[in-house]
Amino acid sequence: MSSILKVSSNPHVRSKDTTARIMQYVVIALLPAAAFGVYNFGIHALLLILTTVATTVLAEYIYTRCMKKKSSIGDFSAVVTGLLLALNLPPMAPLWIGVIGGLFAIIVVKMLFGGLGQNFMNPALGARCFLLISFTSIMTNFDCDAYTGATPLAVIKSGEGSVALTDMIIGRTAGTIGETSMIALLAGAVFLLVMKVIDLRVPASYILSFAVFVLIFGGRGIDGTYLLSELAGGGLMLGAFFMATDYVTRPITKNGQYLFGIFLGVMTGIFRLFGPSAEGVSYAIILGNLLVPLIEQVTRPAAFGKRAVRKGGKQA
Amino acid sequence: MAKLTFHGGVHPWDGKALSKDKPMKAIVPQGEMVYPLSQHIGAPAVPVVKKGDRVLTGQKIAEAGGFVSAPIYATVSGTVKAIEPRRVVTGDMVNAIIIDNDRLFEEVSYTPNDPEALDKKEIVELIKEAGVVGMGGAGFPTHVKLSPKEPEKIEYVIANCAECEPYLTSDYRRMLEEPEKLVEGLKIILRLFDNAQGILAIEDNKPDCIALLGGLVENEERITVKALKTKYPQGAERQIIYATTGREINSSMLPADAGCVVDNVDTIVAVYHAVKEGRPLMNRIVTVTGDAVRDPRNFYVRIGMNYRDLIEEAGGFKSEPEKVVSGGPMMGFALFDLDVPTTKTASALLCMTRDEVSMMEPGPCINCGRCVEACPGRVVPRRLAVIAEHHDAEAFVANDGMECCECGCCSYVCPAKRQLTQSIKSMRKTVLANRKKQG
Repeated sequence: MSSILKVSSNPHVRSKDTTARIMQYVVIALLPAAAFGVYNFGIHALLLILTTVATTVLAEYIYTRCMKKKSSIGDFSAVVTGLLLALNLPPMAPLWIGVIGGLFAIIVVKMLFGGLGQNFMNPALGARCFLLISFTSIMTNFDCDAYTGATPLAVIKSGEGSVALTDMIIGRTAGTIGETSMIALLAGAVFLLVMKVIDLRVPASYILSFAVFVLIFGGRGIDGTYLLSELAGGGLMLGAFFMATDYVTRPITKNGQYLFGIFLGVMTGIFRLFGPSAEGVSYAIILGNLLVPLIEQVTRPAAFGKRAVRKGGKQA
Repeated sequence: MAKLTFHGGVHPWDGKALSKDKPMKAIVPQGEMVYPLSQHIGAPAVPVVKKGDRVLTGQKIAEAGGFVSAPIYATVSGTVKAIEPRRVVTGDMVNAIIIDNDRLFEEVSYTPNDPEALDKKEIVELIKEAGVVGMGGAGFPTHVKLSPKEPEKIEYVIANCAECEPYLTSDYRRMLEEPEKLVEGLKIILRLFDNAQGILAIEDNKPDCIALLGGLVENEERITVKALKTKYPQGAERQIIYATTGREINSSMLPADAGCVVDNVDTIVAVYHAVKEGRPLMNRIVTVTGDAVRDPRNFYVRIGMNYRDLIEEAGGFKSEPEKVVSGGPMMGFALFDLDVPTTKTASALLCMTRDEVSMMEPGPCINCGRCVEACPGRVVPRRLAVIAEHHDAEAFVANDGMECCECGCCSYVCPAKRQLTQSIKSMRKTVLANRKKQG
C-alpha cells in the first residue's frame, strides 16, 4: 500500500449536526413569524427585515475581512441575529434603525467579544435594548396602517379598554414585527423542538414561572383571559422560544437552564407588573445572560458515581 | 418495564450489517509472528525463551512480570528469531518476541480439568497461568479482577455482551456460535463468588443472542439474561454496572466496590478454555470490516498475526483506505502503519475509504450543550476542554476531568466538530503522569 494513512484521536466518526445546519433550522423556524409580520404590517416590514439581515451579514463579513480573519458568515449565525433583531423592531421603524441595530449587534455585542460563542449577551437583544434607550420614541411607536394606538399589553396595563384574546393569539394586533402571532411563533418552536435544536427546559420554566408570578402578583386572581393575554402579548413567546434558548447566552448545565428560566420568568413579571413599561422580556433576558457564568458555576452536575458513593467505596 | 440503560450516550450508525452474518473463520498464519511483551495493563511479561530456541504452539514464551501482569504463549511452532522493539497499534515501540513460523503447527498437549473438582485457588491459578486478560480492550489481567479483597461481597458477575461499539461483531459471532462456552465460562467464574448472580447483559439489537442464551440458562439458577437498550457506550464498565444493577461507581473505585465483577465475552470464553481445557490464551475473534475491505468478516485469529495478513484474508482492499482503525470507530486507535501484530485486546480492524473527521474543520463552540447531554460521565466536556487547552491541571481535576472515560461521545455530537475528547484525553494523561511522578 502506497498512500499514507490518516491518524487522529478517537472518535473516528461524527454526527451529521453542524453549526450552520442548526442556525439554518432557527432561520426556518422564524419564517412563519416573519411571514405573518409582513402579512400583518405590510411591505415596509419586509424591507426592514431584509435591511437588517443584510446589515448583520455584511457587517460580520467586513469585520472579519478587516481583522484579516476567515469569514464566518457561512455559519448562518449572523442571519439569525439579523432576523431576530428585525422581528423585534416596530413595523414602521425607519430602515436606518435596522442598519444601526444590526451594526451594534454584530460589531459591538458579538465580534468585539470574539465572535460566535464568545458574546455574553444575545446580540439581537443587546441591540434592541440599545435602540430602545437611544431612540425611544421610534422604538415605542407601534402605529402603522393597520393599527393605531397602544399594544395589547399596554392596554391591559393601563386598565382602560379591552383586548381581543383571539386576535392576540393569531397576531392581529399592534406590536413588533415578529412578536404578535403566538400561533406562528409556536409553530416555529415546535419545529425546533422536533429537530432537537432546542428543548423545553428554558422555555417551559420561563413561561411557567412567569404565569405563576402573574397569578400571584397580577392582582386579578385566577383569570384565564388575563393570564393568556399576558402570555400571548409582548415578546414573551418570541423571547422564551427563540432568544432565551440562544445556546451561547444560556447556561449549559441542565439545572442551570431551569434556574435561568425561572429567573427570566420572575424578572419579566417584575418588569411588566411593576415597571414603567408594559414590556419586560428583553431586559429580563439580557439580565439573565449576565448571570450565566454564575449559574453554571453553582449548577455543575455531580459526575457519574460521585452522587452516591456506596458504603465501602473510596471517595475520590 | 423501562429498558435497562444509563445517562447520556449516542447512537452512531452501527455498521454491523457488514459483517454480522459472516461466521468466524479460522486463519492459518503464514509469516513471522510478533508477540509484544505488553499486551495488558501492568508490568510487561518477561521472556523465557531466547533467540534461536525452537518453540511449539501453546508453549509459554514469556512469564508474568509481577502480580498485575500476564504470561504470553506461542501460537505457532517455529524458531525465536529475535527479541526486539516492534511497533504496536498505539504507535509505540514495544519489546516483542518474534517467532519464525515453521508452518508445522506442532502443539504441546494440554491437561483438561473438571471445574467442579477444582477449588477456588486452583481456578484462579489456571486463569493466571493461561495469560487471560480483559479482551474487550483494556487488557486488565483477569486473575487480578477475580481476586477481590472480599470475594463474598461480590453480588453480580456481569458478562459484558453489549458490544456497543459500531461495526464490531466479534462478540456477536462468539455468542451465536459458541454460546455454551460463554455460559460454562460464566459458571466457572461464579464458582469463585458464592454470593453472586451471573448476568448476561446484551444490547437489544441482538435479539437472536438474547433468545439463544436465554434458552441455555433457563434452568440455571444463578444466571439470568438481561436485555439492555442499544446505545453507545452501553458496554463501558461503569455504564453496564449501572444499567444492570443501578449502582454507580466513579473513576477511583473498582467494580468490586459496587459488588460487581465485569468480564467481556471473549474473556469469559478464554476462562473456559483455560480452566476446562487447560489451554492458554492463544486466539481471539477479530472483525475485519469497513467500506474499504472487499469481504468484511469475522476471523478466528491466532494472536501474533500481522494485521496485513488479516486484511489479505478479507480479500484485501477494494479501495484505497484513508484511515485504518484498530478497534471500533468510537474508541479505536488510528494506525499509521498496518505492519502491527494482533494482540490479546484487538477486537477489530476497521478500514475506511474516507476519513470524515479530517475533512471537518473545527469551528467555535456555540455552547449548545450536546456534549453535556451525551456525556455518560455527567461532566461538562466543553468546560473541561477549555481548561485542558489552558493546561490547568488543578481546575481540570476540580471539574471532575478524571471521571471522563474517553468514550468519544462529546466529540461525536459536537456540531462545531471540536476535538473535545482529544483535549480531555491528553490532559488526563498529563495529570496521571504527574501523579505517578509524585509517587
